[in-house]
Amino acid sequence: MSSAARGAPLLEVSDLHAAYGSTRVLHGISFSLAQGSITTLLGANGAGKTTTLRALCAMVRPQGVITFGGQRIERLATEDIVRRGIAHVPDGRGTFVHLTTEENLRLGAYVRSDKAQIAADVERIYGYFPRLKERRQQQAGTLSGGEQQMLAVSRALMLRPKLLLLDEPSFGLAPLIVRELFNILGAINRSEGVSMLLVEQNAAMALDLADQAYLIETGRIVLSGNADEIKRNDAVRASYLGY
Amino acid sequence: MDQLLHQILAGLATGSIYASVALALVMIHQATHLLNFAQGEMAMFSTYIAWALINAGVPYWGAFVLTVGFAFVLGAAIQRLILQQIRGTSVMPLVSVFIGLLFILNSVAGWIFTYTIKVFPSPFPSEPPFGQHYVSAHELGATAVTLAVLIALWAFFRFTSLGLAMRAVAQNPNSSRLVGIRVGRMLALGWGLAAAIGAIAGMMVAPTVYLDPNMMSGILLYAFAAALIGGIDSPGGAVFGGFLVGVLENVLGAYVVGNELKLVVALVLIIGVLLVKPSGLFGRVQVSRV
Repeated sequence: MSSAARGAPLLEVSDLHAAYGSTRVLHGISFSLAQGSITTLLGANGAGKTTTLRALCAMVRPQGVITFGGQRIERLATEDIVRRGIAHVPDGRGTFVHLTTEENLRLGAYVRSDKAQIAADVERIYGYFPRLKERRQQQAGTLSGGEQQMLAVSRALMLRPKLLLLDEPSFGLAPLIVRELFNILGAINRSEGVSMLLVEQNAAMALDLADQAYLIETGRIVLSGNADEIKRNDAVRASYLGY
Repeated sequence: MDQLLHQILAGLATGSIYASVALALVMIHQATHLLNFAQGEMAMFSTYIAWALINAGVPYWGAFVLTVGFAFVLGAAIQRLILQQIRGTSVMPLVSVFIGLLFILNSVAGWIFTYTIKVFPSPFPSEPPFGQHYVSAHELGATAVTLAVLIALWAFFRFTSLGLAMRAVAQNPNSSRLVGIRVGRMLALGWGLAAAIGAIAGMMVAPTVYLDPNMMSGILLYAFAAALIGGIDSPGGAVFGGFLVGVLENVLGAYVVGNELKLVVALVLIIGVLLVKPSGLFGRVQVSRV
């Protein structure tokens, strides 16, 4: 599906630069993400995928222009970007390990005030991830890696985000669990219209799920197109898909 | 036997003071990972404010509430105006601030109110209640007040979303930002609450130890011991440790070491815990990947 068919861009990034101290990581990245779509950023370790996501929610200072829902957000603080409806499933999952599963979920809805709806959303999440319901009163740090990843996605969904940033959700998970997680992400995208920006090392899985794809090498976008085209690209097949 | 019971009950009464100050220490430790050496002086300074208000004719409980408010603002201001400005994660700048605050508050109190020891009123009757002679009305009342504060705080952290957000910030500031929590405000709120708890402890202990700029130094040492025994990252443990230290101090003081060496009990406890069980009774063992 082409991005034009999905409507106006929800997120537009142009000439994005970012650095850690004096180490420049992003050298002018531009891309856009259509409303309701899943877009994936592919690339090797150290290419700048995680930094791109961090720059989008001001965890590293972005330079450049970031437009979300028609408004500039590159100067906002993380807390305010979250309030605009961008939820981030960070690298390393960001679990509140000493709090219970349910407390983690309640924190995801921290900026919302609709109590009844929040309670309903917790149940809806448990519908997607029954394992979390079994462990609702358990300390989140005692959950398995897969369960913690599901919890991280669920915590982000509790915001009722317009855009979900996913940083390597497959990291460290068994293949079967990755498949389950990706199926659920697809279902959430279709049924709830949550747009997603997915950073992945597992390029095959990511391209199956995504509509659009961008390839990042050393802080620059080197290739873009819809996911099916990218999947057929010979260079991508050789370097990232391995067939 | 009667005497022992009396010592234990009196120990629980002072223990409630140690428990409050220890809890304040734990709250600050969760945010900064350091012990706030100025916690006692912040409480002492607030108690002087209460004394000044009462002397100016404000009724006791009115002065009590105003002082708690003052302490809250003092604590929050210290966080916002000083600690917030210190960038980076190195330990020495923070330790210097804590020690600096200790001396500044101590000398400013001495400068404004002089070092003359002052009598601080108790809001409770002077006759022991319920026709018994084990505990004075002040000991009972002070314990009730501090217990009420501890229970209210527990409920706040356990059942409110603001309390949950504060616990989240103490554990993981980055993840907290990602769910939209304003981390700076939560830290200031934590400092305010800790200072308010300390002020209540100061007002409750001042009728017993009398008011002077150094009145909290011994208490702070016992509170350190209490927080370490309970486990420096465990609020419940700090409260338990407070009561335990109060009882130990009184009983050992009466029967074993004598009154002069009471403070040594605190030091022995601190060193003992650090040697035998550094994580405390209820603390988590700190593990870090290298």
